[in-house]
Amino acid sequence: MSFDAIFAPLSEPMVFGTFIGIVVASLAVVIGLTYFKKWGWLYSEWLTTVDHKRIGVMYIFVAIIMLFRGGVDALLMRAQTAIPENGLLNSAHYNEIFTTHGLLMILFVAMPFVIGLMNVAVPLQIGARDVAFPRLNLLSFWLTVAGAILINVSFIFGGSPNAGWTGYFPLSGPEYNPGVGNNYYAWSIQISGFGTLMTGINFITTIMKMRAPGMTLMKMPMFTWSILITSLIITCAFPVITVTMAMMTLDRQFGTKFFAMSDGGMDMLYANLFWVWGHPEVYIVILPAFGIFSEVIATFSRKNLFGYGSMVAAMVVISTLAFLVWAHHFYTMGHGVLTNGVFSITTMLIAVPTGVKIFNWLLTMRHGKISFTTPMLYALGFIPIFTIGGVTGVMLAMASADYQYHNTLFLVAHFHYVLIPGTVFALFAGYHYWWPLIWGFRLNEKLGKAAFWVMAISFNVAFFPMFILGLDGYARRMYTYSAATGYGPLSMVSFIGALGLAVSFILVAYNIYYSFRYAKREGSDPWDARSLEWCVHTPAPNYNFAVIPTVTRLDEFWFAKKEGRDLQAGKIEDIHMPNNSQSAFWQGIAMTAWGFFFVWAEWIPAAIFLVITLAFMLYRSFQKDDGYHIHVAEIEETERRYDENGGLRGAK
Amino acid sequence: MAELFPKEHVVGFIGSLVLTFAALSVVWLDVSMVVGMIILLVTALIQAAVQLMLFMHIGETDDKVDIWVATLFAFGIGIVTIIGSLLAMVWGY
Ligand code: HEM
Ligand SMILES: [Cu+2]
Repeated sequence: MSFDAIFAPLSEPMVFGTFIGIVVASLAVVIGLTYFKKWGWLYSEWLTTVDHKRIGVMYIFVAIIMLFRGGVDALLMRAQTAIPENGLLNSAHYNEIFTTHGLLMILFVAMPFVIGLMNVAVPLQIGARDVAFPRLNLLSFWLTVAGAILINVSFIFGGSPNAGWTGYFPLSGPEYNPGVGNNYYAWSIQISGFGTLMTGINFITTIMKMRAPGMTLMKMPMFTWSILITSLIITCAFPVITVTMAMMTLDRQFGTKFFAMSDGGMDMLYANLFWVWGHPEVYIVILPAFGIFSEVIATFSRKNLFGYGSMVAAMVVISTLAFLVWAHHFYTMGHGVLTNGVFSITTMLIAVPTGVKIFNWLLTMRHGKISFTTPMLYALGFIPIFTIGGVTGVMLAMASADYQYHNTLFLVAHFHYVLIPGTVFALFAGYHYWWPLIWGFRLNEKLGKAAFWVMAISFNVAFFPMFILGLDGYARRMYTYSAATGYGPLSMVSFIGALGLAVSFILVAYNIYYSFRYAKREGSDPWDARSLEWCVHTPAPNYNFAVIPTVTRLDEFWFAKKEGRDLQAGKIEDIHMPNNSQSAFWQGIAMTAWGFFFVWAEWIPAAIFLVITLAFMLYRSFQKDDGYHIHVAEIEETERRYDENGGLRGAK
Repeated sequence: MAELFPKEHVVGFIGSLVLTFAALSVVWLDVSMVVGMIILLVTALIQAAVQLMLFMHIGETDDKVDIWVATLFAFGIGIVTIIGSLLAMVWGY
C-alpha cells in the first residue's frame, strides 16, 4: 500500500476539489459539534441508540446524503453527454462515475431509505414497542454505514470501481482491473449486505412475533404486509450476493478462477449469480413502495383499501415470481430459445400481479374524497409514470425484441421509469407522510408540492428522450458520441431534465430546514389516518404505546376514532426497555477499517480489525444486560404532558 | 442427571464434524466427478438438516408450521435457482 497509489486519484483537479470540499465540510461539522458541546448528546442519543424510530431517522439521513452524492454523479454524466464530443470527463472517470452512481442509488439510497421507513413505521403499525432485536438493528445500521463509507472513500483513496454497478466479469476481474477499485465494490456490498440480511431476519421476527393482541395477519396494515414480504425476499436473496462477493474477492485477491475465462472458470456464472440476487433486489426496493402507496392512497381517499385480500395475494405471488425471472437480464449472452422462452414467460407473468395492484389503487380512489396532499401527489404521479415503466418492461421481456433494446438507453429509461416513481416517489411520499410521527409537525405543504411538480416534470424531461435515443441505438455507458449520430439535441434535453431533478431534491432538503424553523407543532394524527401508528402521541415517546392496544379489525384506529374510543385506555404498567449499545457502533467502525485494509490487501491491520470485530461479537454473546424499566409514575407524567399540549391521543 | 445431559447437542456436534470431514474427503480420495458431487450433495443436505433440527430446534415450538413453511419456501427457491442456472448456462446454452 504505497502512499502514491493511495492518493493517486487526487492528481485529478475535480477529485482534488471534491476532496477539499469534504474536508472543509467535515471540519465545519466537527467544530460545530464541539462549539455547541453536542458530542455527548450525539453519541448517547443517536449513534448508540436502539430506539427503532431514531435508527430509522439515521437511515433516512444517510440515504438523503447519499442521494446527493449519487445525484452529483448523475449530473456529471448528463453534463458530459449533453453535447457531442464533450471533454468534461475522460472515459476512465466516466466509467467510475456511472458505476458508483448505480451502486449508491440502489444500495445506499433506496435500501437505507426503505429500511429507514420500515424502522420508523412497522413497529408502530403493529402495536409494538421496538423491533425483535433492537441491538442487531443498530448493528445493521452501522454495517450499512460501513459499506457506504467504503464506496465513498474509494474515489479519493485508490480509485473507484469502474465495471458498472453490475460488476460483470471478466471486466471486473484481476486481469482487466488490477487496481483496488473493484475490491471496494466487493467489500462495500459485502459488509452492507450483512446488515441488510440481519434487518430482513429482524423484521420477519418482529412482524411474526410482536403484533398487538388481536392483530391477525389479515388485519395488518398493508405497509407491514409489504415489509413482511420484502424481508422474506431479503432473507432468501442476500445470501446469494454474499457468496458472489466472496467469490469475487477470492478471484480478485487470492487467485481463484471461479469467474475467470481460463482454468475451468466461467464468467457467465457471475452474471447469473448477480441477477439471482439482482432481480429480487429490484423487488425489495419496489414492494415497500407498494405498501406506502397503499397506506397513502387509502388515507387520502378517506376509504378503506380496495381488495385487501387480492393485494396480499399479489404480493405473495410476486415474492415467488421475483425469484424466477433473473435470466431476463442477460438474454443476449447466448442461451438458446428454450431458456429465453422460459424466462420471457415468467417475466411477463410478473406484470399480472403488478397490474392487479394498480387497479386496486384506482378502485380505492373511485368515489373517494381525495385530498391532494404532498404524499398523495406522489402517489397520483406514480401511477401513470410507473405504468409506462411496466409496459416498457414487458417490451423488454420479449427475448427476441430485447436483442434490439438491450444495453441501450431504452433499458436505462425503463428502469428509471420504474425506480423513480416506484421507489423515489414512494419514499418521499412515506417520508412526508410519517414525518409528523417523529417530529410532531408536518413538512411544509407548499414547498413539498412544489418539489413534487418540479420532480415529476423534470423526471419526464430527463428520461423520456432516452427511450427515443435508445431505439436509435444509443448504447448505455458510452462516455461520448460524435455529432453525426444525431444524439446531441435529445441528450441536451435530458441534461436539462437532470438539472430540474437536482432542483427538486434541493427543494426537498430545503423543506427540512424551512419546516423546522416555521412549522407549528400539531397534535397526533394530523392526516386523519387509519392505521395504528397514528394512535400514539406525536412526536412518539420512546416507549411508543403507554398501553398496548387490542385490535379487532383492519383499520382499528379509524373505527376507534369514529366510535370515540381511546385505544390506549387501560392500566399503565412498568415498561421494559433495552439499553443503548455502544458495541454495535464500535463494531461498525472496526468493520469499516477491516474492509478498508482488506481492500488494500494489508493483511496485518486487516487481521487486527477482524479480531476486534470477533471480540465484539464474543463480548456481546456473554454480555448480561437486561435493559431497564420505565416506571408507571414516569409514564403517567409523560402522557399527562402530551395531553396538556396535544389533546386526546388521535381524537380530533 | 440424564435429562441434564445435552444429548442432542453432542450428537449434533459430532455429527456435523463427521459430515464435514466426509465432505472434505472428496479432496483426498481419488473419486470420479459424479461420485464426488454425490458425496458433497448428500453430506450438505444431511448437514443442513442437522443444523436446523438439532441446533436450531425447528419443529419444537408452537410456530413450527410457519417455520416449516418458510424453510420449504427457501428450499424451493434454492431448487428453482439451481435448475434455472443449469438451464441458462448448461442445458439451454
Ligand atoms: C412489469 C414489470 C417489469 C418487467 C416486465 C421488467 C422487465 C425487465 C427486463 C426484461 C429487463 C432487462 C432488459 C435488458 O437488459 O435488456 C429489465 C431491466 C431492469 N429493470 Fe425491469 N421490469 C419490470 C419492473 C421493474 C421494476 C419494478 C424495477 C425496479 C424497481 C425494475 C428495475 C430494473 C432495472 C434496475 C433493470 C436494469 C438493470 C441493469 O442492467 O443495470 N424493473 N427489466
Ligand atoms: Cu429483472
